[in-house]
Order: sequence, then C-alpha cells, then structure tokens
Amino acid sequence: MSKHKLFNADSLTAIGERFEQWENNELNSFLERAPEAKSEYRTGSGLPVDRVYTPLHNADQDYDRIGFPGQYPFTRGPYPTMYRGRNWTMRQIAGFGTADETNRRFKYLLDQGQTGLSIDFDMPTLMGFDSDNPMSEGEVGREGVAIDTLADMERLFDGIDLTKISVSMTINPSAWILYAMYIALAEKRGYDLNDLSGTIQNDILKEYIAQKEWIYPVRPSLRLVRDCIAFGARNMRRYNPINISGYHISEAGATATQEVAYTMATTVQYVEEALKAGVTVDDFAPRLSFFFVSQADFFEEIAKFRAARRCYARIMAERFGAQKPESCRLRFHAQTAAATLTKPQYKINIVRTAFQALSAVLGGAQSLHTNGMDEAFAIPTEEAMKIALRTQQIIAHETNVPDVIDPVGGSYYVEKLTDEIEQAVWDTLAEVDDMGGCVKAIEDGWFQKGIADSAYDFALRKASGDRPVIGVNCFQEEEDYADVEIHPHDPETETRQIERLEQVKNERDSGEIKRLFGELDRLAEDESENIMPVTIALVKAGASMGEIVEALRAHWGTYRETPVI
Amino acid sequence: MNDDNRSIRVLLAKVGLDGHDRGVKIVARALRDAGMDVIYSGLHRTPEEVATAAMQEDVDILGVSILSGAHMTVIPKIMARLREESADDIIVTAGGVIPDEDIDKLHELGVQKILLQDTPPDEIVSSFRALVEARGER
Repeated sequence: MSKHKLFNADSLTAIGERFEQWENNELNSFLERAPEAKSEYRTGSGLPVDRVYTPLHNADQDYDRIGFPGQYPFTRGPYPTMYRGRNWTMRQIAGFGTADETNRRFKYLLDQGQTGLSIDFDMPTLMGFDSDNPMSEGEVGREGVAIDTLADMERLFDGIDLTKISVSMTINPSAWILYAMYIALAEKRGYDLNDLSGTIQNDILKEYIAQKEWIYPVRPSLRLVRDCIAFGARNMRRYNPINISGYHISEAGATATQEVAYTMATTVQYVEEALKAGVTVDDFAPRLSFFFVSQADFFEEIAKFRAARRCYARIMAERFGAQKPESCRLRFHAQTAAATLTKPQYKINIVRTAFQALSAVLGGAQSLHTNGMDEAFAIPTEEAMKIALRTQQIIAHETNVPDVIDPVGGSYYVEKLTDEIEQAVWDTLAEVDDMGGCVKAIEDGWFQKGIADSAYDFALRKASGDRPVIGVNCFQEEEDYADVEIHPHDPETETRQIERLEQVKNERDSGEIKRLFGELDRLAEDESENIMPVTIALVKAGASMGEIVEALRAHWGTYRETPVI
Repeated sequence: MNDDNRSIRVLLAKVGLDGHDRGVKIVARALRDAGMDVIYSGLHRTPEEVATAAMQEDVDILGVSILSGAHMTVIPKIMARLREESADDIIVTAGGVIPDEDIDKLHELGVQKILLQDTPPDEIVSSFRALVEARGER
C-alpha cells in the first residue's frame, strides 16, 4: 500500500468520467472532421505516446517516489538547491594535436567563460599505443591529443591550476595510466590530492558493449578499474575514479531505455567488483559518477534522467544496502547527441544542440558538453565550440529555466514516462541476472545485439521517412560544402610527438625503469595488490604509456570480440 | 536467398583503431537482408589483414569502414596490396566520416563508391549490385 498517493479514488473516478465525456463530445467529432497526422505515436525509444496525459495516467503515483530534490530517491535532483546554488559546469571537451596545441585551446575556452575542462585523447592514446607504434600511423593527434609520457601531461596543463578547476578525462582501457600521470603531475606540483576534483571515464564494460576501445580481456580490465576505485576512495576525496557511461551506448544505436538499463547493469557489476576489493559500499559509492547522452526526443530525455536517478538510488539502497544518502545520489554529465548532427545544412545543428542541451538542464545535469555545429565534418573549430558554449550560457543566464528545480516534475506525461523507463530498467536487470550477470551478457554479445537491432531499426525508419531528419530526409537543399571551414590537421604532429617520446626515453634512468617494470610484472600476477602505486612510480620515472600497456599484455593477452551483426 | 544475388560476396572491414561499428553493422544487415553473402572482419584490423582476407575469401566487394580520420593513411595501403597481388578486380568501397576533398582522392586511388552518413540501406544495396554488374564476369 502506498503512503502518499497523488490522487484519491473519488477524484480519479470523477476525472475518468469527465475524460470519457470529453472523448465522446469534443474529441470524436473533431477527429471526424480533422484526423490526426499519424495513426500511432511513439517516443524515440518506441514507448507508446497518448494524445494527452491526465491524472488517470498517474493513478498509482505515490509522491514518495517523486520526493524532493536532494532527498531519496533523488528523482527531482541530487541536491536541494540545484542550479540556484551552483550552475552546472560548462565543460566542453577538447583535444587535438600535441599537448601544447590542446593547452592553447583549453586556455581559449577558459577565457570564453568555460568552467571545467574535458580532454579528448587521440585513438592511439585511447587504445594504449605509443605514438611510434605502427598501429598509430595516421592517427597521432588527429581525433584528440596525443599523450605518451608524463612530460606530455605536464605541458597539457601548463599554466592551469588544477586545484581550482575540475578536469574530466575521456579514457578507458588505458585509464589507469592517465590517472597515474595526473596524480604524478599533482604530486610534482605539490598539491594535496584531496584538493583535486575531476573525473576519469574508466568505464571499460561499456567499451565491450558499445564504444569498442579495449586492450585486455574483461577480467583483468575490471581489476584495473577496481584498483582505480579503491585508490581513489583512499586518497582522493573529491575525485570521481569512474564515470559510468550510457552516452556511447546511445551513440552506438541504443534507445533511451536501453541506455539507462544497460548503464545500470554495468553499475551493478562495478559495485560488486569494488566490494570484492574490500572497500565498503559507502566508502566509494559517493564518488561514482555518470555520463548520459541528451538525445533528440525532448520529454523522453528528461524522463530518462529522472528515471536514472531513481533507479540508481533504489539499486544502491535495496540491492547493496548503502546507508549514506550520498551513496544513492546519482550525479551525471550530459553531452548532446553527436549522432544527430548532420552534414546537410550543418548550421541547423546549433538548434538541435540547443534543444538537447535544454532537456539535459531540465533533467538536472551536473555538467554539460554541447556539440559543435561542424562535427559531422571533423573535430570542431574554435568558432563552433564558442557557439556551443554560448548556447549553454543562454540557457543558464537568459531563459530563467535554472531558477526552479525539476520544473517538469508533476507533468502527467513526464511522470508517466519516468515510471515506464524505470520499469524497463528493472526488466532488463532481471534479464541480465537470469543470464548470469553483466560479464556473461557481454561475452554472449547480448547487449551488442540489442544495440545493433535498435540501430538498424532507426536506420530503416530514417530511410522510410518515419523518423524525419531535417535536411536529410525532408526539407533538403542543394548545397556545396567547399566553403565550410573545418579544423585542420597538422601533418607534422606525428613527427614532433615521436621526437618528444624519444627524448624522454633517452633522458631517464634505465636501471630504475627496469626495477619498476619487474615490480609491475609481479603485481600483474597478484590480484590482491593494487596496481596504482607502481604505475605512478613508473610514469614519474619516464615510462611511456605504451610500455606499461605492453608489459601487462604479456601477462593478460588481448581481447578479441566475436562480432555480432 | 534471392537468386539475383547468389554470387555477390562482400567483406566488410574495420581498419585502424576506431571502434565505431554502428554504420558497418547497418550496412552488413542491409546487404544480408538483400540476400548477399556478407563477411564482417570485426574491429581493429590492419590494411594487410584486410587485403589478404578479401583475396582469400574471393569477395566481389571489399567495404572498408573508418571513422577515425586516418582513411588517407590506411586505404592507399589496401589498394596497393591488392594491386601487388593482381587482385584489383575486387571492387573497393569505403564508408565513414570522409571530407569532400578526400573523396576525390579516394576515387583517384580506385575506390569505386563512398558511402557517407545517412545513406539509406536500399541505396547501399542497389549501388553494390550496380557495381558488380558494371564489373561483369570475372
């Protein structure tokens, strides 16, 4: 029995009668004269949508499930004052070329009023290859910044006070090494590690599921994540050692409900892993952070964020017995949906992005990245990034939207959608449990199949016009892209980066390096130990990322996916 | 299976380090649903591996998917390898985020078709059929 139902039985009966009268009178005669455009309406993820929502859709709604901001189950937001106390962090991701070039872009963005930093690494860095590896050819500094050694990290943050600004690093299979470099840099500068705030993505499970950046098989990779979480819990009070991500799951083609459901499935796995390392749930759970996309279906996205908060709260309390409210409080970064950006009439991407950003704010995001209008061509230009940042500033300072917390809470439609998405999450979690858990489901290609099915369905709907995309399948124009200014790639980047790597290797103490690699070999085979301290020592001594990765590959091997079409 | 397509064999390959496989999987399903014989390489293959697999599998079409921006490094290597082995009767197509200026260069290298974002599945199928028809018997 519920405690605080929104509507009493008498009211619902009366409203039901009036609804029926409305259908019989106003609606039906109107429909006879002017039929609706479609016979059926659905959300982006396929949930059926009614014509109008009323208290009848919320007949079983209990106010305790909605609650107040900053209070369990956090449906309305993680903090009691939300944007009144502190605006979301405007965090535009950036990274290209060498560390020096990205450092200049960071300073430009900070000058434009950005309030947090976020780093995009190039493909070799993301995959754990040094710039001089043959696999890196053509990719060095192209899609992100190239980082091989601590010397690069030092130049990346030159002149930026890391105790004053939070830094997010989008990196996964090689995350623990970049995390070690960040810590090593902070120690060299004499910072107290507890003064550092920021996030490292470090979400390897969604890599196997969606983004497909990996090095080692699942088990040893999970150990690395566990070691980062445990190290962070003991040494870095304000730092998020993992950012559990639905974003890439969505970008790979998943629906909104799949995005939240799969993310909650990986969350359960991470919590179980961390518990195995001997830390209690309330020691690390407050530092778990999340990352979701902000897609095109405006209300479904808002409901998705609300549902994600409620699901997480309930999982932590009911499944893992968390005691602290902070352990049940989901905080998330949002990014607008890159896959919705179009090359045709690319300037209208500004408008798409603005709506997506607004849904993230209405959904209570803690930080936000808005995409550049030109990202269907290449990584964004400075001008495109500035407009994207200004879009956030308009929402923050001109619309008054942030003045009221969860302003769509109580909308019959949004509350109903929130409930439906929550239910889809419970159904998925039960299915994953029945299959034998998240790792088993990954190895069986279950998530991958679900995503591929949705991606194909979406492609067919776009092709048929059932899913309109302005400029692509409707309102097309003849156009010439010759005048579009795109971000240039400097072909000298690779040479410069390889020279710097060689210089570091020539100047280091090879005896010390050898000793530390011996220690790494020992720890690779001893799962009870934490691998972070030796990695920090290695990067300080001048070991490159690729060397550390290869040393462990000798112990653990390489992951190979059985592809699911 | 559709009789018209019994002979069309396609290898779809991901080269380089990027893991964006949404597009290549859509292409794979569209071709398969149209009755073609589709092999998918999986991720992170080298140009040599891809060219060798295309020859060993005796495919009509090799479709290379790359979204990392390194297409001008990777695709010329595949083309060169196929030429060296006198396997240039294999039709090569490419897909991904490819700027206009590179599209012309890839055509000059002998890449016959470039699929960009949002190419409808039917169009992919019909263009692949047309390419094989234009090549004729081998």
